[in-house]
Amino acid sequence: MIRVELPSPLRVLARIDGEVRLDIEGRVTQRSVLDAVEARYPMLRGTIRDHVTQKRRPFVRFFACEEDLSHESPDDALPDAVASGDEPYLVIGAVAGG
Amino acid sequence: MSGVRVLVGTKKGAFVLTADGKRTKWHVEGPHFPGWEIYHVKGSPVDPDRLYASQSSGWFGQQMQRSDDGGKTWAPVGNQFTYDGIPGTHQWYDGTPHPWEFKRVWHLEPSLTELDTVYAGVEDAAMFRSTDGGKTWSELSGLRKHTSGPKWAPGAGGMCLHTILIDPSNPKRIFIAISAAGAFRTDDGGETWKPINQGLRSAHIPDPTAEVGHCVHRIAMHKSRPNVLFMQKHWDVMRSDTGGDTWHEVSGNLPTDFGFPIDVHAHEPETIYVVPIKSDAEHFVPEGKLRVYRSRTGGNEWEALTNGLPQSDCYVNVLRDAMAVDSLDTCGVYFGTSGGQVYASADAGDNWAPIVRDLPGVLSVEVQTLS
Repeated sequence: MIRVELPSPLRVLARIDGEVRLDIEGRVTQRSVLDAVEARYPMLRGTIRDHVTQKRRPFVRFFACEEDLSHESPDDALPDAVASGDEPYLVIGAVAGG
Repeated sequence: MSGVRVLVGTKKGAFVLTADGKRTKWHVEGPHFPGWEIYHVKGSPVDPDRLYASQSSGWFGQQMQRSDDGGKTWAPVGNQFTYDGIPGTHQWYDGTPHPWEFKRVWHLEPSLTELDTVYAGVEDAAMFRSTDGGKTWSELSGLRKHTSGPKWAPGAGGMCLHTILIDPSNPKRIFIAISAAGAFRTDDGGETWKPINQGLRSAHIPDPTAEVGHCVHRIAMHKSRPNVLFMQKHWDVMRSDTGGDTWHEVSGNLPTDFGFPIDVHAHEPETIYVVPIKSDAEHFVPEGKLRVYRSRTGGNEWEALTNGLPQSDCYVNVLRDAMAVDSLDTCGVYFGTSGGQVYASADAGDNWAPIVRDLPGVLSVEVQTLS
């Protein structure tokens, strides 16, 4: 089971209470995790990644296991601790504004 | 019993303000979508319980919300606004070509006759239409692909399509306005468009009377006279009696003719309202006085409406989508400020009172008259 933590505005938008827990078949990558999140919560399409290019929105970051994965390939395997559910995959709204 | 529902979009959420026909006691509901910018909320003339809200965020982009119960509950609908084909470029602030990029929906205009049809004006300037209640959106790309498109440039607020007026006598005729391209009209339901800027004069462009490039802030129309249009331009208040084919200035005795909103009395097509703002460098009311100006002569002769509005130490702005009128027997006029106040007048502007004083900065105000 994969654990995903979403930022508060997206949890409110999708009416999610707490973490998202997903079962993913095949390789656990950032793309497969986010595809699964969007499949379960279609209203999140376009909020984390661009609808068309699938690129990360500029003020969104991806963290796991105390590492910033935002600039890694979306098709790289996520750390074993994320794939096993020991650690969550974090979608972060960047600190911006005053 | 009759009543009104005021739909307020703010920088940090939406609010729904309701009152009976006397418009003295108000119920304030919200914030809906707290923390998100709500550029516009508008109801369908076909079914007033059908509302659409444009919800956006610098972090998480555009959302579109729909309510089918007058704003009590909401559900996300489609948020994919993809330009038709390869978008090409428009002009950037420095005059260089810049790719068209979708940023947000500024304005929503539900069809006057079809419940599930709604138009969206977006930044970077383009017009979209949904015919399934907001689930999916298609661009009316004849507008953006007009031969003048590569010359369009953003105003300070972005290159936004902010005004959509549907001719009540001919749904195939639609007027729109873009900052800073100008006004356009379609007579075939959005397939083809023509600039309607003859008579406008704008000092900020190399040719002040060019076909496009004018920073139009708002256009208003009375439903009984769709060929008569009123415009608040960046500077200048303008009028057209020819469906936009030609314009002439009606700023008259206004203390300043810079401003954002303009609206028309619900029952008097020659009575119009503006809120003069000091200048494009000082986006607040002149002399610290919040004054709505009313003309009962379709322009040129203006009177200040001040009763109930702050007349000292006031430095707010009123944005282009933040004024509206109801259609009760004594026409109500409403506007919201950058300081978070929403003011109402139940007597066509003679007397004003705040409905609420401390909302987040107001981006838009719409009014529904309920029977």
